[in-house]
Amino acid sequence: MHLSSISSFIAKGLNTSDIISTVEFNHSGELLATGDKGGRVVIFQQELESKNQPQCRGEYNVYSTFQSHEPEFDYLKSLEIEEKINKIRWLPQKNAAQFLLSTNDKTIKLWKISERDKRPEGYNLKEEDGRYRDPTTVTTLRVPVFHPMDLMVEASPRRVFANAHTYHINSISVNSDCETYLSADDLRINLWNLEITDRSFNIVDIKPANMEELTEVITAAEFHPNQCNTFVYSSSKGTIRLCDMRASALCDQHSKLFEEPEDPSNRSFFSEIISSISDVKFSHSGRYMMTRDYLTVKIWDLNMESRPVETYQVHEYLRSKLCSLYENDCIFDKFECCWNGNDSVVMTGSYNNFFRMFDRGYRQDVTLEASRESSKPRSVLKPRKVCTGGKRKKDEISVDSLDFNKKILHTAWHPQDNIIAVATTNNLYIFQDRL
Amino acid sequence: MQHKSKMAGADGDDSLYPIAVLIDELRNEDVQLRLNSIKKLSTIALALGVERTRTELLPFLTDTIYDEDEVLLALAEQLGNFTMLVGGPEYVHCLLPPLESLATVEETVVRDKAVESLRKISQEHSPVDLEVHFEPLVKRLASGDWFTSRTSACGLFSVCYPRVSSTVKAEIRQHFRTLCSDDTPMVRRAAASKLGEFAKVLELDYVKSDIISLFTALASDEQDSVRLLAVEACVSIATLLPQEDLETLVMPTLRQAAEDKSWRVRYMVADKFSELQKAVGPEITKNDLVPAFQNLLKDCEAEVRAAAANKVKEFCENLPEDSRETIIMTHILPCVKELVSDTNQHVKSALASVIMGLSTILGKDNTVEHLLPLFLAQLKDECPEVRLNIISNLDCVNEVIGIRQLSQSLLPAIVELAEDAKWRVRLAIIEYMPLLAGQLGVEFFDEKLNTLCMAWLIDHVYAIREAATCNLMKLVEKFGAEWAQNTIVPKVLGMANDPNYLHRMTTLFCINALSEVCGQDITTKQMLPVVLKMSNDQVANVRFNVAKSLQKIGPVLDSNALQTEVKPVLEKLDTDTDMDVKYFAQEAISGKYTTLSIFFLYEVASLGPRSLLVVLVLCQTHRSTMCPAECVSQCER
Repeated sequence: MHLSSISSFIAKGLNTSDIISTVEFNHSGELLATGDKGGRVVIFQQELESKNQPQCRGEYNVYSTFQSHEPEFDYLKSLEIEEKINKIRWLPQKNAAQFLLSTNDKTIKLWKISERDKRPEGYNLKEEDGRYRDPTTVTTLRVPVFHPMDLMVEASPRRVFANAHTYHINSISVNSDCETYLSADDLRINLWNLEITDRSFNIVDIKPANMEELTEVITAAEFHPNQCNTFVYSSSKGTIRLCDMRASALCDQHSKLFEEPEDPSNRSFFSEIISSISDVKFSHSGRYMMTRDYLTVKIWDLNMESRPVETYQVHEYLRSKLCSLYENDCIFDKFECCWNGNDSVVMTGSYNNFFRMFDRGYRQDVTLEASRESSKPRSVLKPRKVCTGGKRKKDEISVDSLDFNKKILHTAWHPQDNIIAVATTNNLYIFQDRL
Repeated sequence: MQHKSKMAGADGDDSLYPIAVLIDELRNEDVQLRLNSIKKLSTIALALGVERTRTELLPFLTDTIYDEDEVLLALAEQLGNFTMLVGGPEYVHCLLPPLESLATVEETVVRDKAVESLRKISQEHSPVDLEVHFEPLVKRLASGDWFTSRTSACGLFSVCYPRVSSTVKAEIRQHFRTLCSDDTPMVRRAAASKLGEFAKVLELDYVKSDIISLFTALASDEQDSVRLLAVEACVSIATLLPQEDLETLVMPTLRQAAEDKSWRVRYMVADKFSELQKAVGPEITKNDLVPAFQNLLKDCEAEVRAAAANKVKEFCENLPEDSRETIIMTHILPCVKELVSDTNQHVKSALASVIMGLSTILGKDNTVEHLLPLFLAQLKDECPEVRLNIISNLDCVNEVIGIRQLSQSLLPAIVELAEDAKWRVRLAIIEYMPLLAGQLGVEFFDEKLNTLCMAWLIDHVYAIREAATCNLMKLVEKFGAEWAQNTIVPKVLGMANDPNYLHRMTTLFCINALSEVCGQDITTKQMLPVVLKMSNDQVANVRFNVAKSLQKIGPVLDSNALQTEVKPVLEKLDTDTDMDVKYFAQEAISGKYTTLSIFFLYEVASLGPRSLLVVLVLCQTHRSTMCPAECVSQCER
């Protein structure tokens, strides 16, 4: 693949509120939403293909920006509730408007993004500029008439799903029945109807009666792309549970447990921390799922619980650095992962603004860098190499010079095309395969 | 009609101004004002006249779909009643464009309302207009890009089908078929939920050829939410088909649904079981539904068992008479017995709410032998809701075997509930007391339950004390004033000397509730002296409640007692040092006059009917400043 930049959005300054916390394409790929630490959602729209350069797909431009969540304070528990957007999920398109769910730690909101290109004109009792007319001069009634105006994009909150989570929400996922969605926090998963805000059903609860016996937490959850009754959730212990909602109303009993036996030779103090799964994603086909832990990406066949069918090393060279990564808390970073449109390539982020792509068919992998320099239009991204022991070759970067403050946690792949979105702290890069 | 709008103009701003305001507020920034205007849309249309309504108002409304849901909902509703305002049935098709755009919005409630209005106005279309205007709209919706419009189309087929030509009918059937296999589950759900309704208007041959295959396909859809809606359709389809076709056309699907892998589908079968049973008739019920029902009662999912348990009584009632008892005794009762000791309390309480109903079906002997042990077991259940449900349905058993059979176990159960730690449980049992009292009879009540009823009067939760006073009133209504005088009045009045002021207040609350049912004699002779005595209570709350009680029992007392006993006490309270006592004393004094005005009416009756009216009006308006006597003297002048 020969990726080159089509759009990049570089934040001015280094405000923590600008840190991008989630990136998500809609189902057609025409829109891309990002959420940030300041509770804002920014939506980018792909420009239509230009006639003169048919081979070049349009770039993405800002379409709408709105404040989705505000900081709050829970007076009963004396807790601050951050406005940071943890996840965004688009709903399948139902009419000319677009809908998305956004969530912070506690509250999920359904937003409608719609366009308006007409506005009514003509009052009876006042002029268009607002001055009032003398009512005695009104001798006939005027009905307002719609006239074209400049396109306006509006975001309006349609539903607020609140007060159902005691812990922090880490995932939301819309069911293929398009009627329900799930929301997962550290210990529980709730099932909502998209139209009903005052009640949800608890479908998984792993909270032990005594919190001292707590050994694992839920880290991510997702619905199967086409089996409405199936969902999975991953845990901090590195396991993935698949539940069947047909079997019973409460899904505390999983129907499948995916777990790879631990390699005794690699056992260390950090084993449990690095095996914690930070993201789980079904393939578009629904046959596979991908999980990301600290050092690897694993592909599981839903029909085989005993071990993954593919394992890809993201940054194996960090295994010797775990101690310092533990000290600077980087070891707890939650990297996400994503599939390309036909499930043949997967992508995930790393440090030093590197991101990795693994081609499943050709068993090839590549490290690329998202940076201001690489984002010049038309320049093709060059593969990067990290020197792992031995003599450092030209163009290689030594492990010690990696910048751990520059991390790519959130990436997204266009649902059909080879267009990817990569978020580096507070910058967003969109690359496209030019072939 | 032109004439009319000119008229409005010629009249000047007097009549025009309010309409102008309404029209302007259609686009006000304040949602509430827009909503008000939309709700008065008929006024606007009337002022504009039918032609301007058609050419100006409706085009404007068609474009207003950006508004808030509540405005759109009101608009969709208004347009359903707009036929006359656009010029009658001849022009009714002008209403289609705005309703069409409302039928595509994302809010389900708005869409549903738009569809409802479209269905309504479809009846006002002539057969020609229906084919020229309405049916094309249905087609447009059915082949719309977005699923919102396609779901709306599903609800419109059945209203136009009976009134169109056979070629158009064929098209409509084709459209419905297409929607039943739509890509999106939302549309398939909408089609599945309208399948029964559509089947009803179809010719029987098409029901057999078209509907059955659609029904079978929807009932084996990959989406649980679609399959479960097919169960509902099953009821209507089964009613339409002749008995001999049911076995081949419907039963395979129904059997499959009753054993579906998804508990939600089985739940739906359990929930619709009575309707299904009626639809398929007695023979199939005996052969197929009885085993299916047994399985649902034994389902592994508690939600399904609870839904099935809820249907036990209805199912048994509707069994064919000749084999009813055998089926219940050999097939249903064994399952019911197991449910009594189910692990899930919702299942047990669902069963408890209907199980008593079986006794009327099974008769005395079977009830005593088989059901009684179950009732007794449920009366001892650890979950209060189960016990309550049994107690609340005692009347069914009472008719069959009499309640005495149960009283041995009933009593401990009641006592336990009456003393439950949860006040809501205590509240619930209090509410059944009058019913129990009626069934157990006065002797049993006096002996066993009276103490409980009195104990609730001094409960530490106010809601319980309040319910207990209300309970006493209902008991007196049942057992009569004499019983009250002997049994409860002395106890209630005794509490007036209680050291706890809350208990003393309860006395007053009881008197408020009881005075009317006990009658003038008991109220004047026994209750009034106690109330009057309490006006000297040291706690202000008690004193102002005395004022309130006096106001309350005033109508029951005779005028002599009012003048000589009540009035002086109220006047004394009116000079109380406590502000609240004063306030309520004044309330009582002024309020008393209105309640007492009836007595004065007799006195002023000689003044003639007109004066009487004046007196009454004056009493109402000057309540607080003037007594009726003054009013009378005023109007005499």
